[in-house]
Amino acid sequence: MAEYKWPEPEKRTLIGKRISRVDGPLKVSGKAKYSYDINRPGMLYGKMLRCPHAHARVVSIDTSAAEKMPGVKVVHIIQDAGKEIQWAGDDVVGVAAVDEPTAEDAIRAIKVQYEVLPHLVIDTDPKAAGDMAKPAAATTIGDPDKAFAEAEAVSEGFYGLAVITHCCLEPHGMITEWEDEKNLLVHPSTQNVSGTASQMATPLEIPAGNIHVHQDHIGGGFGSKFGPDSWGIECARISKKAGGKPVKLFLERNAELMVAGARPSAYARVKIGAKKDGTIVAWQSDSWGSGGPGGGGSPPIPYIFNIPNQRKQHTAIANNIGSARAWRAPNHPQACLITMSALEDAAAQLNMNPLDLFLKNIELTGPRAQIYRDELKIAAELIEWEKNWHPRGDKTAGPVKRGLGLSIHTWGGGGHPSDCDITIQPDGSVELKMGTQDLGTGTRTAINIVAADTFGLPLNAVKVMIGDNRFPVSGPSGGSTTIGGVSASSRRAALDALDQIFAKAAPALNAQPADLEAAGGTIRVKNDPSRSMTWAQACSKLGGMPITVRGKNPGPGKLNDQGVGGCQIADVSVDVETGVVKINKIVAVQDCGLIIDLKTAESQVYGALIMGVAYSLYEEKIMDQQTGRMLNPNMEFYKLAGIGDIGELVVHMMTGKGYDERGTIGLGEPPVISPGAAISNAVANAIGVRVPTLPLTPDRVLEALERKGGSNASI
Amino acid sequence: MGDDERNTDEEELKEQKSGFSRRDFLKVSGISLSVPLVIGPRTIRIAGADVKVYGPGKVPIILNINSKKHTAEVEPRVTLLETLRNELDLTGAKRVCDRASCGACTVIIDGKAVYSCTVLAIEAQGKAITTVEGLMDGDKLHPLQQAFVDNDAQQCGFCTPGFVVACKAFLDKQPHPTPEQLNTGLAGNLCRCGTYMGVRAAVMQVARGGQSNG
Repeated sequence: MAEYKWPEPEKRTLIGKRISRVDGPLKVSGKAKYSYDINRPGMLYGKMLRCPHAHARVVSIDTSAAEKMPGVKVVHIIQDAGKEIQWAGDDVVGVAAVDEPTAEDAIRAIKVQYEVLPHLVIDTDPKAAGDMAKPAAATTIGDPDKAFAEAEAVSEGFYGLAVITHCCLEPHGMITEWEDEKNLLVHPSTQNVSGTASQMATPLEIPAGNIHVHQDHIGGGFGSKFGPDSWGIECARISKKAGGKPVKLFLERNAELMVAGARPSAYARVKIGAKKDGTIVAWQSDSWGSGGPGGGGSPPIPYIFNIPNQRKQHTAIANNIGSARAWRAPNHPQACLITMSALEDAAAQLNMNPLDLFLKNIELTGPRAQIYRDELKIAAELIEWEKNWHPRGDKTAGPVKRGLGLSIHTWGGGGHPSDCDITIQPDGSVELKMGTQDLGTGTRTAINIVAADTFGLPLNAVKVMIGDNRFPVSGPSGGSTTIGGVSASSRRAALDALDQIFAKAAPALNAQPADLEAAGGTIRVKNDPSRSMTWAQACSKLGGMPITVRGKNPGPGKLNDQGVGGCQIADVSVDVETGVVKINKIVAVQDCGLIIDLKTAESQVYGALIMGVAYSLYEEKIMDQQTGRMLNPNMEFYKLAGIGDIGELVVHMMTGKGYDERGTIGLGEPPVISPGAAISNAVANAIGVRVPTLPLTPDRVLEALERKGGSNASI
Repeated sequence: MGDDERNTDEEELKEQKSGFSRRDFLKVSGISLSVPLVIGPRTIRIAGADVKVYGPGKVPIILNINSKKHTAEVEPRVTLLETLRNELDLTGAKRVCDRASCGACTVIIDGKAVYSCTVLAIEAQGKAITTVEGLMDGDKLHPLQQAFVDNDAQQCGFCTPGFVVACKAFLDKQPHPTPEQLNTGLAGNLCRCGTYMGVRAAVMQVARGGQSNG
C-alpha cells in the first residue's frame, strides 16, 4: 500500500521549484484556442437584443423585418410580451446569422415596445431604497453597551466599496452545436467544465450525459463563470432551431460589463471602542450593500479580529443592476476594507502606530495569530516600516504626500472533490485525465508537476489532459479550491499506479515492492540504486495491456489543508492638489501550505495585487439612477490598472518548515483581499484624512480633503 | 495611381472630415437591408468622373499577413480583427474591448503597432501585416515569446498575444528601454489577471540580450 503523503523536501525534483507553465508556449504564440477562438464548419453567429431599461415589461415584439433579411437563419424570442425584465442589458431576442454584420443588422431591425417600470440602481443610501432595502436582524455578541461605556477611546468612521464587475477579457459565451436530435456539443468559457452539462440538461430537456463539454483554455473567470448562463441555454436553443448548426454567441464588451457579473458593494458606519493601550474591546456596525435583484452578501465583519463585544446590523439592497456573482474572495475584500480601515482610524485616534495596534490585538485572530505575527514582521522589514512610517498626515512640504498602510486577511482554500485517472502504457507513456480547468492559475502545470515528480520523470513524459467533461469529474475552480483538490487526486492516482509498477518490477530487481522508489527516470532499490531498471523497462512488465488508476480527493492521507493568513503593506503618494493616488510599492507576505510551483504561485500574488490596485483606485460600475443604465460599459471608462500604474511589487511566500507539512492550500483568493484596505490606509496615513469609499478616485480624495477644511494647511 | 483611385481617396477624406467614422456609419446604417450583395467595387460617375465604390455588400480583399497572401470576402464595414478571426482563422489577436482601449488585438502594420479592432480590413490591403502567428521561427519561439514563458508573463493568456506583439513593436523601436519608457510604451495594453511584473521582466530580458529584432 502506498503511503499517501508528499515527498520529503530533499526528494522533490519538481514540486516547489520554479517551473514555467507548460501551456506557456501555446499562449505566447497565439496557438492556444480559447472557446471564443473556435470556428466550426457552417458556424452561425449569435447576437442578442438587450433591454435598454433597468425595469420594464415587454409589451410587444415585432421580428418580421429581421426574419426576412438575407443571411438571417434564426430569430428567437427569449422574453415575450408580458415578461418583466429586471435589469438593463437582459436578453430579449436572440438571432443567428451567417456573419456578424448580418446578425447586428437583424438585431437593429427588431422592434420591441416596453412598459417602463420604476427602477433602483444606486446603493449608496439605504434610505433611498425604500422597500428594496431588506434589513436583517441585528446580531449581538457579549455586552457592547457596557464595553463602549467603559472604553477609554471610541473611534467612528464610514467606509465602503462600490460595485465592480469581473471584466473577464474573454467574454462569457459559448459555441453550441447539435450532433443529432439529442446530443449537444458545447465549447463554453467556464470555470466549471465537469458541472456545466447538468446545468444545461433540464432547460434543454435532454439527459446531461448527452452534453459534451470541451474547453482547452479560458480567458479569465474570477468567479463569474460557474454556469452556462441564460445566454448559453438560449444559444443551444437557437442552434437547435438552426437545424443543429454550430452557433457562436459571446457577449459584446458592453454586455459583458452590464450583465455578466457584479461584485456586491458594501458600506458601513463603524464604531470601535478601545483601551488606551490599544486593546480593542467593542465593535458596532450598521452596514448595507447591493448586488442585483437578490441583494448582496453580508460581509463577515469585524474581519479576522474576533472582538469580544459586538453589535452588528446589515441591510441588503435589492436593485436593478444585473445579478451579483462571486468575485475572487467573495465578501472578503469588503469585510477587510471596512475592518482594517476602522482599526487604522482607531490607531490614529489613539496616536498609536497601527502595526503596534494590530500586534496588540493579534490573539483575537485565533489559531493563526503566530502566522500573522511572522508575516507582519517580514512585511514590515520589506517595506522598512520603522524608517518610513510616520503618524497620520505627511508633514513634509509640497503637494505630494506619502504614506504607509497595512492589512491582514484570511481564506479557507480547502481542496474540492476531484477524480483523476492515470493510464500507463507498457511502453512507459503516461496519460493523466481530469475534468478540471486551468483559469490561468497554472492548474495544468501543477497537475503535471505532481504526476511527473511522483514518477521520477521529466514534465514532458506525462501528458496532461483536462477541460473535458468526459474525463473524471473534478470540481469547479472557485474559492481557491482547485489546487488542493487536483494536487491530491493526482498524487494519489500516481502513487497507486506506482505501486502496481513496483509490484511488477520487484521480482526482476530481486527486491520487495516496498523497497523500490521511482527516481531519475528509473525504478530502483532505495538503499541500492545500482539495482535499477528504466521507467520504460519497468512499465514493459505490465504485459500487453495498459493500466488505469483512479485517484480521488478527498482520500487517504493528509495531502491538503485549509486556512491561510497573509499580510500586505502599501506605500503610496497622493497629490493633494490633483487628488491623484500613485502606488510606490506594495509588499505581500503570503502562506499557502505546500507550494507546488513557486513561479506560478508568485504570479497569483502579483496578479492579485494588481487586481487590487485596480479596484482600489479605478474600478466602479457607475450606474445612472435617471436612466437606470451603466454609464461605463466599456474599457475606456471602466478602468483597469495599466503596466505603469502598479508601482513596485514585492512578493514573499512563506514556505518550508511549518508550512509544507500542511499540504496544499488554495492561493487564488487570499492575496486579492487586502489591497483595498492597505491602499486606503496608506492614503489616510499620507493625507491625514480618511477617504471613505473605494475606488480612491481624485474626486473622492479631494472631497475628503475639503471636508477636513482645506488641503495643505490643515494636514 | 489612376484617377479613379485618387477620387476615391478624396471621397474618403471628405467622409473622415465629417466627424462620423465610416465604420460607425456603415455599422448603424443597415444599408445591406435594401441593397443586394455586390461583389467587387462598382464604378459610379460623380462630377463627371468615374469613382470606385466598395460595398455595401461583400467585396474581395487581399491581405499580406506574415508575408503570405490571404484572400477573403468581407463587407467594407468589417474590421481587420474580425477578418483575421472569422474569415482567416488567425485567432491569436483577441477581441476584448473592440474599441481601441485594451490592446488585445494588437498587430503590426508597416512596422507600427496598431489595434486591429479599429482598422477596416479593406484599408489594411497593400500593407505588411504581422500577427502573433508570424513571430515564431518554425517551431522555435521568438526570443520575446520565450522571455514571456520564462518570466511567466501570462496567466489566463487572453491578453498575451496582443501584449507580445506590442512588446515586439516597442522593442523594435526602443531596444534598450528604461523602466519609465517601458511603462509608457506599453500603456496601451491591459491585462485583467495582472501579469505586468512578468511582462516587465520579459521585456528587460530581451533588452539585456539584445535580441529584440530576432
